[in-house]
Amino acid sequence: MTLLLALLIGVLYAAGIYMLLRRSIVKLILGLVLLSHAAHLLIFTAGGIEWRRPPFISAGAERLTGVVADPLPQALILTAIVISFGVTAFALVLVYRAHQAAGTDDWDEMRSSEP
Amino acid sequence: MSVLLPLPLLIPSLTAVVCLLGWRSRRLQRAAAAAGGFALLAAAIVLLASVRRNGIQAVAVGSWPPPYGIVLVADLFGALMVLVAAIIGVATILYSLATVDSARERYGYHPLVQVLLAGVCGAFLTGDVFNLYVWFEVMLIASFVLMALGGERMQMEGAIKYVTLNLVSSAIFLAAVGILYGLAGTLNMADLATKLRQAQGNGLVVSVSLLFMAAFGVKAAVFPLFFWLPASYHVPPVAVSALFAGLLTKVGVYALVRLFTLVFVQDVGFTHTLLLVVAGLTMVSGVLGAAAQQEFRRILSFHIVSQIGYMVMGLALFTPLALAGAVFYIVHHIIVKSNLFLIAGLVSRLQGTEALPLLGGLYRRRASLAALFLIPALSLAGVPPLSGFFAKLLLVRAGLEIGQYAIVATALLVSLLTLFSMTKIWQEAFWKPAPAADVPPAPPTGGRGYRLAAGAAGALAALTVSIGLGAEFLLRLSVEAAGQLLDPSAYVAAVLGDRP
Repeated sequence: MTLLLALLIGVLYAAGIYMLLRRSIVKLILGLVLLSHAAHLLIFTAGGIEWRRPPFISAGAERLTGVVADPLPQALILTAIVISFGVTAFALVLVYRAHQAAGTDDWDEMRSSEP
Repeated sequence: MSVLLPLPLLIPSLTAVVCLLGWRSRRLQRAAAAAGGFALLAAAIVLLASVRRNGIQAVAVGSWPPPYGIVLVADLFGALMVLVAAIIGVATILYSLATVDSARERYGYHPLVQVLLAGVCGAFLTGDVFNLYVWFEVMLIASFVLMALGGERMQMEGAIKYVTLNLVSSAIFLAAVGILYGLAGTLNMADLATKLRQAQGNGLVVSVSLLFMAAFGVKAAVFPLFFWLPASYHVPPVAVSALFAGLLTKVGVYALVRLFTLVFVQDVGFTHTLLLVVAGLTMVSGVLGAAAQQEFRRILSFHIVSQIGYMVMGLALFTPLALAGAVFYIVHHIIVKSNLFLIAGLVSRLQGTEALPLLGGLYRRRASLAALFLIPALSLAGVPPLSGFFAKLLLVRAGLEIGQYAIVATALLVSLLTLFSMTKIWQEAFWKPAPAADVPPAPPTGGRGYRLAAGAAGALAALTVSIGLGAEFLLRLSVEAAGQLLDPSAYVAAVLGDRP
């Protein structure tokens, strides 16, 4: 399972970077989305994938006993997903406005602010 | 004490809320923004004084005991950075009250600035790596909107580059956080420091540290990752670019310093040597880039890159004196650089352009502005007795002490070139006679609010002079801060120690 996920993450990174290197600004956004998906899956995988009990304290007990799953990676990923959702929404609008203002969706023609 | 530490986060957040509630009232927003700025400044001063008196302070947010919950930590370095951020916050808020157009104000300019300040202060005060990521994002999303607000073509193109490269860096940062958690099982910085200290020679830790270096390197704009900066910093309104120029890249530098003194010190011979090479190349490429530019803010943007090299150099040399130099340099640079951007704005208000060939004759027209420009410009180049001189002196001495002559030579050469660049601006904008006719005659008073704007710039210049003349005070603070950075035991004890 870990190997499978590792391969998937690798493919996502490769696809994301490939998309970033294209000239269209829409593909740029897709590339960024793929990169953030890859990072989320990476957190998930690096946090350890094993079949464990959920971390609930059983009724009457004072503390956790035995080996339980670690909930933190999921919490981190949830936060990261929300952030990347917001940022992607902004980036989409930005790309749309940039397309309107520049009249093109080609990176190579957006050079007026370059040094 | 436990109330004081979250204040630099709460004040700007609350001010942003007040501004948003008063969405329709420009007057309310302006008043709230100014009040929030000054309140943040007051809180930052009190926090620094308290940290100085009582040592490093930590607060567990929501009373989850560390290392499980998120902690806010203020050591001297962090508190000092919060104070400088507050100073720049006040100066740019005042400047923007006088200069930012009403369309931007109607579309949330003031709340965005406050959110940005909250993000910056959060990054300076957090003691948790993932929380650092979150504050980075808070800061970035506010800066994205501030940069794009207005919607001219150049702005959009600059913004899209800025957004893309910062998002790529965030993705790298996030991946590094994930791997680090998989390695150490914790993201609390103090806990990481104790756990990873035993991981000497673990190749995986070093490779994660390189991921962090790349992520923060993009944000700090070091060579070869700085290309987004000169393509975007000159496009937003002056107040915004002054705020960005002062604070944003320095948050990246802060994160580098924090993680590479506290957590990633397993293989100093490799990581910090790499940083040293990067520092040298950053200085040189930045200053050479500036030499090729002919526009006020574009020149200054390249100088940000070049100056980042000095700060990274202080971190890379990794001696007490060098780190003190880095801390001193960051404080000096933030104030001076924002000041120069504000002055660029004043010049363009008076002359209607920022292109150096079209400027000229300002010394004759406005000697006071010319004098005001000279203070931060000479300080940036490192002319005594201004603040930049002492910052560079510390770094050069630190380099000589451990025999790193190549980087010292680079630093000295680059400051010479910086001086050349500043004299070029002086010569072109102030000294040479005004070019004939085709310059639009600007209002002789500089328009509405010129005095307030010039006052904000003047206050920063006065601060530069007083840091230079009273260098002893900031020097002692920097040395103490560097001591805390190099000996993490006090930091760890403050976060983890007083709990069972």
